[in-house]
Amino acid sequence: MNRAFNDLRDGLIITKRNVMRYVRLPQLIIFSSIQPIMFLTLFNFVFGGALGASAGEKYINYLLPGIMVQTILFGALQTGVGLSRDLNAGIIDRFRSLPMSRSAVLTGRTTADLVRNTITALILLATGFAYGFRFQNGALDAFLMITLIVAFGYAFSWVAAFVGLAVKDEETAQLAGFLFIFPLTFASATFVPTSTMPSWLQTFANNQPVTFAVTAARHFALGTPSDGAEWKLVAWIIGLLILFIPLSVFIYKRRV
Amino acid sequence: MKYAFELKNVKKHYGKVKALDGVTLKAEQGKIFGMLGPNGAGKSTIVKVLSTLIEPTSGIAKVAGIDTVKDSTGVRNTIGLAGQFAAVDEFLTGRENIQMVGQLYGLKRKVAKQRAEEILEKLSLTDAADRQVKTYSGGMRRRLDLGASLVGNPKILFLDEPTTGLDPRTRKELWDIIRDLANEGTSILLTTQYLDEADELADKIAVIDYGKLIAEGTSEQLKKKLGGDMVEFELKNKADYINALEAVSKFCNQNRQADENDLIIKIPVKNSAEDLLTVTKMIDEAGIKPTNISLHKPTLDDVFLALTGKKASNEEAKKPKRGKKL
Repeated sequence: MNRAFNDLRDGLIITKRNVMRYVRLPQLIIFSSIQPIMFLTLFNFVFGGALGASAGEKYINYLLPGIMVQTILFGALQTGVGLSRDLNAGIIDRFRSLPMSRSAVLTGRTTADLVRNTITALILLATGFAYGFRFQNGALDAFLMITLIVAFGYAFSWVAAFVGLAVKDEETAQLAGFLFIFPLTFASATFVPTSTMPSWLQTFANNQPVTFAVTAARHFALGTPSDGAEWKLVAWIIGLLILFIPLSVFIYKRRV
Repeated sequence: MKYAFELKNVKKHYGKVKALDGVTLKAEQGKIFGMLGPNGAGKSTIVKVLSTLIEPTSGIAKVAGIDTVKDSTGVRNTIGLAGQFAAVDEFLTGRENIQMVGQLYGLKRKVAKQRAEEILEKLSLTDAADRQVKTYSGGMRRRLDLGASLVGNPKILFLDEPTTGLDPRTRKELWDIIRDLANEGTSILLTTQYLDEADELADKIAVIDYGKLIAEGTSEQLKKKLGGDMVEFELKNKADYINALEAVSKFCNQNRQADENDLIIKIPVKNSAEDLLTVTKMIDEAGIKPTNISLHKPTLDDVFLALTGKKASNEEAKKPKRGKKL
């Protein structure tokens, strides 16, 4: 009980520290929103005409949930980058020499990134609205969509935390993250339906978490069939958290 | 008596690399223990072992009598760590940094606030307290970093090269602060590459090289290992140099150091004043007029040179001169 309380208290102190960075340097959030807005704009206006037909929807409606998932995943990569930055700056050594909770540095980082990611997602959503995106299923489903996407990002933050702590330097953390995020987001239903892909790729695309996330998001946003994708996504989120929280804390605590 | 910290045959190996190769030492409470050695000698590794950041491969490390492996939390409660990287948050203000660390030591918000106030005052950072750290100078960051290590009222303070890269005036300011802390009863482990720093601050000095303790003692004791003071003659030319060597040979032939290129002869003396007169007279009687005579107190640089066969200062070994005159 006491330990759980300390974990929470120290976690909040570190969260505050990390959020202050965005408060003092709001450009960080603005610039991290520009890239997804650019993606949204380019895909919508450049490819929208051509791709829209196969999507069977107004393309912005089809596209926005996909881009949101992608954006959140790229945002989650920053968890690893931030941690390796702190490692190299020596501030993690300071934290590790304090009689504080052993998980707080990680929960504080992932929670601050959750806050940042939520803000980015809302900025992107607002841009989508400007381009004609509309929720088709009411407020509750809209809320569920955003929550699921952000929760998926949170789970990925823990994967990124593990990678960041394991590779130890910022650039490698960034590159290592890209290596698995790019195939996951492109070989998925993010931009186009998977039905046009070769069958070997379809097998992968239809059974990986990004497709589940995008399909579930579309299901809540537009009322399209989900085939249980939202439950598969929830299972992935829980699975990732169960696996990567202890792994990350272990590698953080390891005293070598 | 309980020691501030002690190491018993501590080894830390990374594969084949022996960062620490069996170090044993003890530091008394309430003193400044200086640890001297070039880059990569193992000083930081010792600090990391003692501050529970890493576990030794073998051996025992204790801080205030507490085993760093078996009760790391107990150790963390009694120590403060300030490093060479000035580990403070750039985007927080000075006050916020210290308050945050205070809260992480388990202090209540209000107490942490008050403590931060005291520390900022003590380190003359009150005026800059509400500025973001990214606007601080190097010296201010070091002071803040030191301040952060003090919030928990540590009994033992680890300062890992606290003045590396600072200008001389800022170094002196930090020295004063460190001395004050020791006078208040804090035990301090200070690692440094600077001999004058160890000489100036440390009650006891351990010299570390290649992960081993190669000498230990007070600054005076280490200097005595070289046999005390030296009389140094600088000669005008080679002929004088050879004659002078001949002239003083009756006094002492064994331990003198002579440098033919610089035309310098150094003679170790036991009874400085008397012996100075004696050897000077010998030179004078041989009709030699040295360009300079001085009584040279050995520096820790000399000690280091004698112990390791290399200069302590971390400069690259002087490259052989090119285009040497033949």
